[in-house]
Amino acid sequence: MDILINKALAGDMRAIARIISLIENGDPIADAVMRRIYPLTGKAMVIGITGSPGAGKSTLTDKLIESFRKKGKTVGIIAVDPSSPFSGGAILADRIRMQRHTGDEGVYIRSMGTRGSLGGLSRGTREAVLLLDACGKDVIIIETVGVGQSEVDIIKIADTVCVVLVPGMGDDIQIMKAGIMEIANVFAINKADKPGVDRVAAEVRLMLELVRDKSWTPPVHLTVAENGTGVEEFAESIVKHHEFIKNSPEGARFEFRRLSSEVEDILLKNLTRKAEKVWRSQKSGKLMEDLAARKTNPYTVASDILRKLFPQADYDEGIKEANTSHVTPDN
Amino acid sequence: MDERKIRVVVAKPGLDGHDRGAKVVARALRDAGMEVVYTGLRQTPEQIVETVLQEDADAVGISILSGAHTFYFTKIIGLLKEKDAGDIIVFGGGVIPDKDIPGLLEAGAGAVFGPGTPTSVCVEWLEKAVADKRAKEQ
Amino acid sequence: MNTEYKEARAKFEAGVAKSLQKHKERKESFSTGGGLPLGRLYGPDDVESVDYMRDIGFPGEYPFTRGVQPTMYRGRFWTMRQYAGFASAEESNERYRYLLSQGTTGLSVAFDLPTQIGYDSDDPMAQGECGKVGVAIDSLQDMEILFDQIPLDKVSTSMTINAPASVLLAMYICVGEKQGVPMDVLSGTIQNDILKEYIARGTYIFPPKPSMRLITDIFEFCSENVPKWNTISISGYHIREAGSTAAQEVAFTLADGIAYVEAAARKGLDPNVFGERLSFFFNAHNDFLEEVAKFRAARRMWARIMKDRFGVTNPKAQMLRFHTQTGGSTLTAQQPENNIVRVTMQALAAVLGGTQSLHTNSMDEALALPSEKSVGIALKTQQIIAYESGVTNTVDPLAGSYVVESLTNEIEKKAFEYIGQIDDMGGMLTAIEKGYVQKHIQDAAYDYQRSVEAKESIVVGVNKFQVREDNREMNLLTVDASVGERQIAKLRKLKEARDNLAVKNALEDIRAAAADDSRNLMPLIINAVRSYATEGEICGVLRNVFGEYTENIVL
Repeated sequence: MDILINKALAGDMRAIARIISLIENGDPIADAVMRRIYPLTGKAMVIGITGSPGAGKSTLTDKLIESFRKKGKTVGIIAVDPSSPFSGGAILADRIRMQRHTGDEGVYIRSMGTRGSLGGLSRGTREAVLLLDACGKDVIIIETVGVGQSEVDIIKIADTVCVVLVPGMGDDIQIMKAGIMEIANVFAINKADKPGVDRVAAEVRLMLELVRDKSWTPPVHLTVAENGTGVEEFAESIVKHHEFIKNSPEGARFEFRRLSSEVEDILLKNLTRKAEKVWRSQKSGKLMEDLAARKTNPYTVASDILRKLFPQADYDEGIKEANTSHVTPDN
Repeated sequence: MDERKIRVVVAKPGLDGHDRGAKVVARALRDAGMEVVYTGLRQTPEQIVETVLQEDADAVGISILSGAHTFYFTKIIGLLKEKDAGDIIVFGGGVIPDKDIPGLLEAGAGAVFGPGTPTSVCVEWLEKAVADKRAKEQ
Repeated sequence: MNTEYKEARAKFEAGVAKSLQKHKERKESFSTGGGLPLGRLYGPDDVESVDYMRDIGFPGEYPFTRGVQPTMYRGRFWTMRQYAGFASAEESNERYRYLLSQGTTGLSVAFDLPTQIGYDSDDPMAQGECGKVGVAIDSLQDMEILFDQIPLDKVSTSMTINAPASVLLAMYICVGEKQGVPMDVLSGTIQNDILKEYIARGTYIFPPKPSMRLITDIFEFCSENVPKWNTISISGYHIREAGSTAAQEVAFTLADGIAYVEAAARKGLDPNVFGERLSFFFNAHNDFLEEVAKFRAARRMWARIMKDRFGVTNPKAQMLRFHTQTGGSTLTAQQPENNIVRVTMQALAAVLGGTQSLHTNSMDEALALPSEKSVGIALKTQQIIAYESGVTNTVDPLAGSYVVESLTNEIEKKAFEYIGQIDDMGGMLTAIEKGYVQKHIQDAAYDYQRSVEAKESIVVGVNKFQVREDNREMNLLTVDASVGERQIAKLRKLKEARDNLAVKNALEDIRAAAADDSRNLMPLIINAVRSYATEGEICGVLRNVFGEYTENIVL
């Protein structure tokens, strides 16, 4: 294990790739790796790119890579695509638009399937980002699934969240629905050579006026990722936002919030894993029949599992409360 | 659920644009629960190998209908070996005459599937090949 | 419909229903290869809605359902045009002269992939590909060799070239010059259909906008200077090969056609004029009746589109003239001789559908490029249909068949539905960009694959009636591996011998004009070709100005 970590930290791409797989697969070793590398993290600029499918996220990411490479920065990319809920398999095709960077040693691109995780990211995205950070990537770009909704997990990981919109795709409605407005630090209205671009930009600006926090007003950029128009300015805004959060009280608050959610996520993940293990060991044909026959119920079964995990805790407080409260049954 | 998924890169080396087979196979592998990194057309052997390494793929499937199969198979397998990644499974298909297949297998290809091969044959073969490879790792 | 018939039919159906309880049919339901439901029996009531004068008409007359010529094959057979080309210009020239000596009536040039994508043989991207799927052409010099002793005023030549079509057409024009054949005598076709490259075939170079400009530049230049040239062959062939259904093949091809007409009209060209030079290219697949109906439907639809949508009044610009190739994806590597039979049926469908020219595939093409022997059999297949089958002696013999007319209607209806959806999206370019077209094709391809694996569709020798065999003994064509090296050596010599200053100036002229949409690139490209600028050099300049396209994956 140590050999693998040392190789990765020395920049061995295959070692990095292997560790990311271990993380994705939920291998118990992953935790140890993270403990080991955590002190080395916190240096990279982490950028999230989100927006609906067809908005041009991958092409924009490709152009951002180029821009950062020109400035001598090394770049890591995590591109997330949805896993099939039926087979668990996935087609990961985001990197097609970034393939020209494959030969560049300063660029590492990794595709990940969501593997059942909601919120626009994959299991293990956070850890993969930390690993790339520890391994010395200056800039890390995460491209989310982009299903146009509940793409909110990205704010827990990225320093700067960029929302990509395009004219004529009904994004305005999508934005409001998904609350994407609140998570954006920088906007790109891509395919800005298409009709309707001014309307989208105006709508975004209008909505931004309603944002309470005035310390950072998300800039709105018009881009044509295909030919690179507007990409430099877009990249500059990202860098500016990064400086802002690193050097402002808002930034510190943001960092605390993020760390706190990091602890919560790890906690929940570990709890889930343990609880699943107990459940799997308890699950039997007999139990399932009892459940089906209503001899017992899922709530009691769940309490029993929790009791196995935490013998000290009180699992019946809800029941007691119900008994002591003065609820009269309807009839 | 935590599990070790099979990761496979499906690539079209060279300039050949006939990607019906590659896409059908990619979908079939996906439907068999694998994670398929699809690189699209016009990939150089160097790009394909680099992708395989970055993606920590167990296998790489290449589809060639242009008659340039011997060139691409040998080149890709050679590059993998050079990068100390000779354990990665290389398989493929396309318009490949039977008489060329022994040469490709000898060069290190795991399997070459000719026209008309059911995707299920390909899926089963790959599942087994990856299982064997992983058993060796342990 | 008279009552006697209706009663009789009802009685017949009732009788069948009864007997079905005892003897089931082979399947629960039947459909065409393209997935259209197919009834048990077609009768007069199934074609009740057909108005002969409105929907069928006479051959050579609107809406051309029965064909584009009044006498069809009684006057002249279709052009027997075998797609060929491999290795170097020298080898291909030899094959063409063999084909001409065997009675082929038109040439069809297959280029290798580097040529199709605008790379010279010495480009790193060309490694391993030179001469593999067609002939390697780097400069006018190669083109001169390719047509050596072939009089360009006597043959018509079809060139399967798309993204760099202007360059290859320019070379052909220059070869004509050297043979003393003026441009206005040259006849032939360039495929020049970039949209289907984005959709299905994959040999694109530039993004859609500049690509469309190159195409309309050709339209404009040829209508003034090369009037007998078919400036585009709008191709459904590759869409079908990529897995589409028959109705999708028609729909997406005609939708591509609409996009080209619109682009040319925007440039100020008159569809009544350039419309005459549009040609089409379809696939002939296995489902015989559906294929015949498909060709007839396509002809009727295009006439209606040109007339109703674009106000075209010139009948020649309303006509859909088309080339057909038998379906490459239907060929099996197993028991390759069976392919001769498949090709025969497909070719017959194309002839009964009224094709203007035909390529019949060779039996060994699922394994390699065709050998000379198998090409010979493929050509003989056409000759047997033409001279022995008798189907060529009367025009559109299947017209009025209840099922054929019904299927013709069905395909037209289904295809117009797709076209309507594409229109709603804002046209074919947007539909391609959104992956709409690709998605439909890939879904159809995947469905077909699954139906073969589930044995719902039977392919003889593949998933039923297999025999143990080995094609190792077959005499397959192998391309000499040294083609690349020979081409590279030729290029080196050429670059030493030519006037490099003239080349540089010609390329700079192209660069300047490329950046200016109002200029026509064709004369400048001819000029560059004449000075022996290579294809890769010319396309390289255009790549610089136009950028390159990246595919849009929808899986």
